[in-house]
Amino acid sequence: MMQNLLLDNALLGPFIEFGFMRQALLGCIALALSAAPVGVFLMLRRMSLMGDAMAHAILPGAAIGYLLFGLSLAAMTVGGVVAGLAVAIGSGLVARNTLIREDTSLAAFYLISLSLGVLIVSVRGNSVDLLHVLFGSVLALDGAALALLWGITGVTLATLFLIRRPLILDCLDPGFLRQVSGLGSAAHYGFLALLVINLVAGFHALGTLMAVGIMVLPAASARFWVRRVGPLMAVATALALLTSVAGLLVSYHADWPTSPVIVLGLGGVYLLSMAFAPRGVLRQRLRRSGQRHLRA
Amino acid sequence: MSTHASTPTITLRDLTLGYERHPAVHHLSLHIQPGALVAVVGPNGAGKSTLIKALAGVLAPLSGHIEGLQREHIAWLPQHSDLDASFPIDVRGMVATGLWRQVGALGRFTAAHRQRCDAALAAVGLSGFETRGLDTLSGGQLQRARFARLILQDAPVVLLDEPFAAVDQRTTADLLALLHGWQRAGKTVLAVLHDTAQVREHFPQTLLLAREPVAWGATGEVLTDANWARAQRLREPFDEQAGECGAVA
Repeated sequence: MMQNLLLDNALLGPFIEFGFMRQALLGCIALALSAAPVGVFLMLRRMSLMGDAMAHAILPGAAIGYLLFGLSLAAMTVGGVVAGLAVAIGSGLVARNTLIREDTSLAAFYLISLSLGVLIVSVRGNSVDLLHVLFGSVLALDGAALALLWGITGVTLATLFLIRRPLILDCLDPGFLRQVSGLGSAAHYGFLALLVINLVAGFHALGTLMAVGIMVLPAASARFWVRRVGPLMAVATALALLTSVAGLLVSYHADWPTSPVIVLGLGGVYLLSMAFAPRGVLRQRLRRSGQRHLRA
Repeated sequence: MSTHASTPTITLRDLTLGYERHPAVHHLSLHIQPGALVAVVGPNGAGKSTLIKALAGVLAPLSGHIEGLQREHIAWLPQHSDLDASFPIDVRGMVATGLWRQVGALGRFTAAHRQRCDAALAAVGLSGFETRGLDTLSGGQLQRARFARLILQDAPVVLLDEPFAAVDQRTTADLLALLHGWQRAGKTVLAVLHDTAQVREHFPQTLLLAREPVAWGATGEVLTDANWARAQRLREPFDEQAGECGAVA
């Protein structure tokens, strides 16, 4: 009885007691529902590192928004989205029209973007602002920020549903998609736009350094559990949800910063999945050594 | 399978194809009747793949015209496919992409569509593979799956660039039987090939290409020693200092 109460208290207590924890919970749920499916496509398109680069690319936009309007949600959001899209489209154009390839082109753009952002924040901001930008503020999400996160979740899920087929076919067989449909570049740029808005959402909650964590890590973990696109999205979303809520509680009880705890948790889930999941290292090993192969 | 009253006559008029003004195929003119089964042969670098790309509509001619071909009437299997065989999808899902023109990005994938997929898989000898992962297929099985996708595309004109390059004899025989079936259904099939014995046995018409048309017509009349010798001589290298061709259309 006593234990039960304590458990209730530890798991639910913070959310019952504190409004900011409820806000943070809602923010984490929105982010997980949206970022994890985007992360699955990021992985399938072999763009996980590109996601990380893009996360840094949104910094100067957010910083310029901050420079002009202070710590304003709208200004930093618009700035981040504009900077992210500019880098995505700019590096895509350079890759298609010059002898520079996509990876180098993106690296060039995001490095320019990142250094500009760090410069602006360091010259004009203070260290508290810098911490906010780098590590987010999931425990300080207000109503407007939550509305933004849920709006982004709605747009993301609707768009993913609409462009799912061209997006999948563009990963599976891009040449074939070009043969039968002109939707390839629409799907590509549509997906980049989703990536950018989700990074901006992640940036508000987790900060630029770790926004991409809630995309890449659940998707990579899910790969060890299931083998089809739909189940990958479901498992990645479930892992992201559970881990971010758990991370929130751990960070509350231990009084540790939230975003590194959440991303570390996701990292732990990834390592455990790699080891113990059905398609993970240990089971594969066991299967190979412990079983005789079939007759045919 | 549907018959193709709509299969077009393909006409090439003084077609010159190439890259950066350097022609890979010169002055090619010919008619291909609906329902033809045509082999395109020639030495390496003769412009065979270039011709297929132009017919598929992905390479614009330097000069001349291609008539009678619309992009939506073509199913094309390139020599180097972009297919990512490690993608997490089952065989039926991959083959179903052949129904793109009917189902599209948002259309409903019905039970009838699913049956057509399974029938196409059966036609290429992949029954029982419907829910297997694409990553479990061998090279020959992957090529069979690509042919199942071609079946579902059900296009009046089928272009194949070295379709049997990396598959064994049995797979080749099965896939050749499919080509004959397509021809009987009224489709026009063009295939780039290397095995002349196979061409003689299965392809009524042949184009021997060596940067320019060496011979075109009934296979027996095209594949002569004299024509092959001429094809070898015509294969000149890409010349940086090449002058402009006098016979510009």
